[in-house]
Amino acid sequence: MHSVWKTSILFTLVTAVLLGLVYPLLLTGVAHVLFPRQAAGSLILRNGQVIGSELIAQSFTADKYFHPRPSAAGNGYDATNSGGSNLAQSNAKLAQRIQGDIDRLAKENPGRPVPIDLVTTSGSGLDPDITPDDAYFQAPRVAKARALTEDAVRALIAQHTEGRTLGLLGEARVNVLELNLALDDLSK
Amino acid sequence: MTANGWLQYAVYSLVLLVTVRPVGIYLERVLEGRRTWLHPVLRPVEGLIYKLCGVNAEAEMSWREYAFAMLGLSAVTMVFTYAIERLQFYLPWNPQHLANVGTDLAFNTAASFTTNTNWQFYTPESTMSYLTEMLGLATHNFWSAAVGIVVAVALVRGIKRTQSPTIGNFWVDMTRTTLYILIPACVLYALLLVWQGVPQNLHAYTSAHTVEGATQTIGQGPVAGQEAIKMLGTNGGGFFNANSAHPYENPTPFSNFLEILSIFIIPAGLTFMLGRMTGSPGHGWAVFAAMFALFTAGFATAYWAESHPYSAIHGATQTATATLPTGNYEGKEVRFGIADSSLFATITTDASCGAVNGMHDSFTPLGGMVPLANIMLGEVVFGGVGAGLYGMLIFVVLSVFIAGLMVGRTPEYLGKKIESFDVKMAMLYTLIFTFIVLVFTAVFVLLPNVGLGTLTNSGPHGFSEVLYAFTSGAGNNGSAFAGLGPNWWWNIAMGFDMLIGRFLMMIPVLALAGNLAMKKSVPPSPGTFPVNTALFTVLLVGVVLIVGALTFFPALSLGPILEHLLLKSGQLF
Repeated sequence: MHSVWKTSILFTLVTAVLLGLVYPLLLTGVAHVLFPRQAAGSLILRNGQVIGSELIAQSFTADKYFHPRPSAAGNGYDATNSGGSNLAQSNAKLAQRIQGDIDRLAKENPGRPVPIDLVTTSGSGLDPDITPDDAYFQAPRVAKARALTEDAVRALIAQHTEGRTLGLLGEARVNVLELNLALDDLSK
Repeated sequence: MTANGWLQYAVYSLVLLVTVRPVGIYLERVLEGRRTWLHPVLRPVEGLIYKLCGVNAEAEMSWREYAFAMLGLSAVTMVFTYAIERLQFYLPWNPQHLANVGTDLAFNTAASFTTNTNWQFYTPESTMSYLTEMLGLATHNFWSAAVGIVVAVALVRGIKRTQSPTIGNFWVDMTRTTLYILIPACVLYALLLVWQGVPQNLHAYTSAHTVEGATQTIGQGPVAGQEAIKMLGTNGGGFFNANSAHPYENPTPFSNFLEILSIFIIPAGLTFMLGRMTGSPGHGWAVFAAMFALFTAGFATAYWAESHPYSAIHGATQTATATLPTGNYEGKEVRFGIADSSLFATITTDASCGAVNGMHDSFTPLGGMVPLANIMLGEVVFGGVGAGLYGMLIFVVLSVFIAGLMVGRTPEYLGKKIESFDVKMAMLYTLIFTFIVLVFTAVFVLLPNVGLGTLTNSGPHGFSEVLYAFTSGAGNNGSAFAGLGPNWWWNIAMGFDMLIGRFLMMIPVLALAGNLAMKKSVPPSPGTFPVNTALFTVLLVGVVLIVGALTFFPALSLGPILEHLLLKSGQLF
């Protein structure tokens, strides 16, 4: 029995150094050399300042920007408190929240069905993408606010739409932050 | 449902199938102590570990010695992790200056990672320091995964050996599994994840000045290394609260494909190893076929349910178009859509992984029942690394026992007579799981201050949240209907739920291994029920489903099934 405890303690310490320090630290070094941008979080810089990450949704509320999906992360888009709403379909709060958003959007865009991803919170609350449907739905508002033609905005969406990986995996998507930055560049 | 969704399932299945044989052969080589191509580099490290730990690599262990070593290591590593959590404020690599973790949460988390469950009653990015993540939690992802694999291998040795008092050496099995299987695979895998966008750094969180002029603090850290072992070791504990739904844990459809493949790759390979080591390759494939059938049924149900429009709202696009494969998008990410989210949820609970790429709590009632039922069936559909194989072998023992009863002779399994002790151990294994899940659930729904007050959803779904928690804990899965808010009672009860579900279930497995190893081998006779046929596969699937249904159908009726029927009739809570 005595030797079991001794071996257990020694094995824990020896392998902890290997698995808990050598492995992650070595990996950090190699990742930094091979993929420095991704290893640092795919940050986007403008004028030397970090304005966000390509992979993390940030809040956009102005009419001239495309809006990301609603967020249940913290008080919204909190990248230190990720998560979904965890509301069940049988929860009246979920039905009321979604229906309220649909009704508001339907009033602003009469006669057009509202894309479902625009009124549902994502799993992470930080989903950087919207569906192409969602982007095209928002195009008239953005075009109007920027005094651009709707066609110009739609062309930009098409340009920033990423299809399924290898035509197979996942779903088509548009990165909101990248699209908005492209819009700002266009308006300059 | 879309054709593309089914195509993704088909391609996934095909790729998995291709890996089974090479992975199985490699696993066998490592665990039988034969030379691999990594030996020139790793053999000296292996020897050094034995030397430092005082392990005699030639010694063999009885099942009792094997079990004591397994329990001893688990106890020590659990205390180790508890201590790091409690002291993290004073330790290095804590750039956010996060406080020490409280006693009950630290206990719950240490139990959770020791048992390969990775249930998380905390928001990692605001609770755990980088050191705790690397040294306290990621280490456990390796250890607990290796423990699962070695227990499964011990059982396979028990089947294979004749009149042997021993079933292997625990320390040697642990060292080889970690060195030759887990570490090399994780290094390669983690780098692929970084390439796709998973961060790996030790910086303080980034403060970004957003386009609209707000400030956003972006949590990061040494994510990729932990992500790799989290998936490959079927652990499932996220670096972030949103787990594999978080874009930093799972940034692209390709990383998602790697993640679901890595959940099944070792468990599927183990079925091939089973066939090879026991000299009955057909048996390995028969077990694989049973697992694959159950996996397909689960995916079909979840995908079908999640593709349905949400009946309580109107005015949104809920029928699929070419650009929007719509369905239940609450709690799901756009880059994955309905198909990949359903596939992930099925796979993560077929195995005892428990990582999620969408929130199971917001799944449709029947879509959410699939992960729950998968765990209730014992996570034997490929299952956790090792745990899935030994869980399925328990059902195999029950199947040959039932087949034996049908023809009225002593059942045999690969030349071993299955006798009273073996069946008792198999039944103990199934009954312990059932007992703790149902008793804990009953207690928690009856005490309002303990259980009910902590729920996000009410009505039958609230019951499902409690049922899911204890099922996930006892099954060492770790996924959740995450609307549940923790309190002291939850931390302690879930801690014991996980510990009992892991270790009290492993002991019967090792006892069975030891008992089988002692037996003589009897040559097959015309009355022997063959275990490498389609008939056997069908019987095995039947036994898994019947045991699961008899045990849990009443509970499921009160939860997801009732919720589905009420929702259909327009009843909300």
